[in-house]
Amino acid sequence: MATSIKIRKIAELLDAQVVCGVDLIENEVRYAFASDLMSDVLTLESEHLVLITGLTNMQTVRTAEMADINCIVFVRGKKVTPEMIDVASENNTVLIECKYSMFRTIGMLHDAGVCPVY
Amino acid sequence: MKFSYEVEGGNFAKAGNAASNVKKVLKQLNVDPKIIKRIVVALYEGEVNVVAHAYKGMVLVDIDPSRIHIRIEDEGPGIPDIDLAMQVGYSTASAMVREMGFGAGMGLPNMKRNADVIDISSKVGEGTVVELTTKLTS
Repeated sequence: MATSIKIRKIAELLDAQVVCGVDLIENEVRYAFASDLMSDVLTLESEHLVLITGLTNMQTVRTAEMADINCIVFVRGKKVTPEMIDVASENNTVLIECKYSMFRTIGMLHDAGVCPVY
Repeated sequence: MKFSYEVEGGNFAKAGNAASNVKKVLKQLNVDPKIIKRIVVALYEGEVNVVAHAYKGMVLVDIDPSRIHIRIEDEGPGIPDIDLAMQVGYSTASAMVREMGFGAGMGLPNMKRNADVIDISSKVGEGTVVELTTKLTS
């Protein structure tokens, strides 16, 4: 069984901003998946997953909604739009803006015990 | 229960509206979340296909206690070779579609994987109809 980590802890580790879903950061995740290709994200069956991506548009939030993903970390300093926040809050998705590169973000979360999906 | 949704070709901002609504309905009907996920992933990929390739389309949803039937029909270029389109990695998507996080040749395969039955018919120069049927109980 993978270790659980609170979303709050993820934001702290990455020195990142929670821009949507501040009331949900005590929830936990176990796995992480990093991709800018949403069709790959839509093949996953894992639960309690954080998505790490540099793709900042409505499709990222919609993909998370369909795939039951409750936390997205946007890397490389990408900014989410107000429309994305609207849809994410409706679906209880936490959005986090992180200034680190994808590689650094993944490395830090891996060191913290977050597990790969495969 | 029957629902219908319009899909606009090229409008990525609205791709996922039908899947989002169907998800809410299935949740209210207390369908198993794993089954809901299969259904809405397939429908969402279908919506993205219409937005990515067609001029306009319709999603027609018919839910009864045992199964959901989804018909995604579009007016568009059609698919000349359906077997080829079903192959993972084959894509005719534009650079814009790829920038949206799709267009890697996984849409139809993802739809097939997440539906109990998939039926595709297409006429080049006219459009495409994809029908998905999935049982609501395991």
